[in-house]
Amino acid sequence: MKKRITLISIVTVLMMSLVLSACSKSSSSSTETQQLGADAGENATEMSFWTFVDLHGKHLDKMLGLWNQQNPDKQIKLNVTVMPYDDMHNKLLLAVTSGKGAPDIADIELGQFPKFLEGDNVPLESLNDVFAPYKDVVVPSRVDIYTKADQVYGFDYHVGATLAFYNTEILEQAGVDYKTIKTWEDYKQAGIKVYEKTGKYLGTADTSATWQASLLLAQQNADFTDENGNPKVNSPEMIKAFEMLVDLQKNNVIHTIPGGQPDTEEAKGEYNKGNYASALMPEWYMSRFVNEMKDLKGKYAIAPLPVFEEGNPRSVGLGGTGTVVTKTGKDVQLAKEFVAFAKLSKEATTEIWNTLGFDPINMEVWKDEAVTKNPDNEYVQYFKTNAFDTLNEIKDEIRAIKSVKASPTIGNVLNTVTLNAIFEDGQDVKEALDEAQAAIEQELK
Amino acid sequence: MIKKFVYSQKVAPYVFVLPFIIIFLIFWSYPLVNSFVMSFQDRMLGQDPKWVGEANYSKLFTDKVFLTAIKNSVVYMLGTLVLLIPFPMLFAVMINSKLMLGREFFKSSFFLPALTSVAVAGTIFRLTFGEMDGSLMNSFLGLFGVEPTKFLKDAEWSMAALLILACWRWTGVNMLYYLSGLKNIDNDYYEAASIDGASAWQKFRSITMPLLKPTTIYVTTISVYAGLAMFTESLMMFNGNNSPKNIGLTIVGYLYRQGIEKNKLGYAAAVGIVLLVIAMIINLTQLKLSGMFKKEED
Repeated sequence: MKKRITLISIVTVLMMSLVLSACSKSSSSSTETQQLGADAGENATEMSFWTFVDLHGKHLDKMLGLWNQQNPDKQIKLNVTVMPYDDMHNKLLLAVTSGKGAPDIADIELGQFPKFLEGDNVPLESLNDVFAPYKDVVVPSRVDIYTKADQVYGFDYHVGATLAFYNTEILEQAGVDYKTIKTWEDYKQAGIKVYEKTGKYLGTADTSATWQASLLLAQQNADFTDENGNPKVNSPEMIKAFEMLVDLQKNNVIHTIPGGQPDTEEAKGEYNKGNYASALMPEWYMSRFVNEMKDLKGKYAIAPLPVFEEGNPRSVGLGGTGTVVTKTGKDVQLAKEFVAFAKLSKEATTEIWNTLGFDPINMEVWKDEAVTKNPDNEYVQYFKTNAFDTLNEIKDEIRAIKSVKASPTIGNVLNTVTLNAIFEDGQDVKEALDEAQAAIEQELK
Repeated sequence: MIKKFVYSQKVAPYVFVLPFIIIFLIFWSYPLVNSFVMSFQDRMLGQDPKWVGEANYSKLFTDKVFLTAIKNSVVYMLGTLVLLIPFPMLFAVMINSKLMLGREFFKSSFFLPALTSVAVAGTIFRLTFGEMDGSLMNSFLGLFGVEPTKFLKDAEWSMAALLILACWRWTGVNMLYYLSGLKNIDNDYYEAASIDGASAWQKFRSITMPLLKPTTIYVTTISVYAGLAMFTESLMMFNGNNSPKNIGLTIVGYLYRQGIEKNKLGYAAAVGIVLLVIAMIINLTQLKLSGMFKKEED
């Protein structure tokens, strides 16, 4: 009898746990939207937020907690929806331009931003009034990229200063000290050694992103477009940049990577396996290391980028995501105030570093060692060197690449056709860039 | 009165086709006319449209990317015709044969892929044809000492991958069409042929193939359209609409890029109209050549 009762109770417990686990699974997977600030009061305004980066939602969650604490009369509940990059931008563009179905707040990636500013009727709210109090403490170039006709439409998460991330374990095997890499020639010699000693590549030849092209242009004080915003992708500076990269590729210093560039799933797998010894990427790539390349903890050091000649600017702000307020939102003013608080305030910028590991555009934080060197911070723990040591060293050398009307087209042609033609098929650099220029002009006609 | 109306032999057919006609007018004719009008405009959502005459068309015919898209779509369409008509026909004849064992099993296993969503199938094929050493194709070829290949960065390989995906998905469906066609062939023909001493091949050539002609015409017509309108497979296979050197770009992909991604609705409408014209020309020629119109005239 006793046995039977024990058996029945075990079966019951098992069944209950099965049923419960099934419930919890279905409730988490059936909705892709997650509500934040559920503990806010009954009078809280409910808003929606679209993003393509899961981590951005986590940051806003923290900021929402702070905002609701500090503003009991203006509390907010936020419905966060995370979608894939292309999907989100396409849906958002349709929603804001048609005036139906747009969220209150959204993230728009820098390369996509010009599409939202086209024409006379910009479907986004101007943020000038909420920006005014922060005007003096943020990096101006990171606000200009989201500005049209003196109206600011988006606030970024980061400066995105480009840095060099070196795998010191591999470099030591090859007898290379990353601190001695100052110029591209040094980088080339180091890469040759790495390939000879370890059979691994020092860096990547990117075929689906223009990070490398951008940083090499910025180092020559050049751009993809001229002062009128017209494309000039076959400029002498571009040719010099790509010929240098092709030379690196021929010497087995860099090599194409699955996925086409370091910030893809396949490429992170390659890094995790230790097949590439460096990534020359914007500062926000740190968050990819910490969250998606955990095996590499303690192996990577951060340094300034190599340059053509010493004295060239050593960095450029790349990538970026502007958080915007749409015109069709429920309470536009409240949304604007919250976005400014969540992106620009001292609290926000501290959290941007703590949660996201980004270099915030409010530079007050850069000098605050209690924040930047906090030993509990996972970004401080992961890397062999402190990011802000390098960032502060190069902070006056961070150039910008313009994002204009032609930019999405330039990016599309280079990323789909030109980079593949150069690095995969070995097409002549000048020829490939001339073809790209012609294709871009044709597309923009 | 109503009863008389519904029961009237003259009216009934029109009543039955009415839902189709209404749907046709609302969801086909209206958008078609609208697209035609839009193709002469510079139009963006949220902005006022501007008339630009035939500018979109003249730009389109000098647009190399569009020509690439047309080439890809046409090659894909021809590939599906070459692969998805003879083989399903052959399989159907084999499965229909009384000598065949496990007929039901083959029928359902051929048909199963058609029930899989394109998104899932495309993603699986993307991983299968991945460029990493560990992806399925490369590890399989590695067994024979073949170096890893970047399948989805190579035009021929990508097209092959897309065609393999199409075959995997649609062989079963076309086979079912042919099976139903075969059921309509009277067995007497075969018996008579047997008495005359015809071989299996002669029976297939002189009885099966000609009598399956209506099915073949139908399958060709839908395959032409499906081949030219292919989009999702490519989108999933290349993880987006931007494949390296546009090797996976299709006409509908280009329409999507211009209309949805770039908000150039006028230009996208012109792409759509050109697609319609191409599909109509090919299909009408095909129907004319196969004698479909003659029968109606008789």
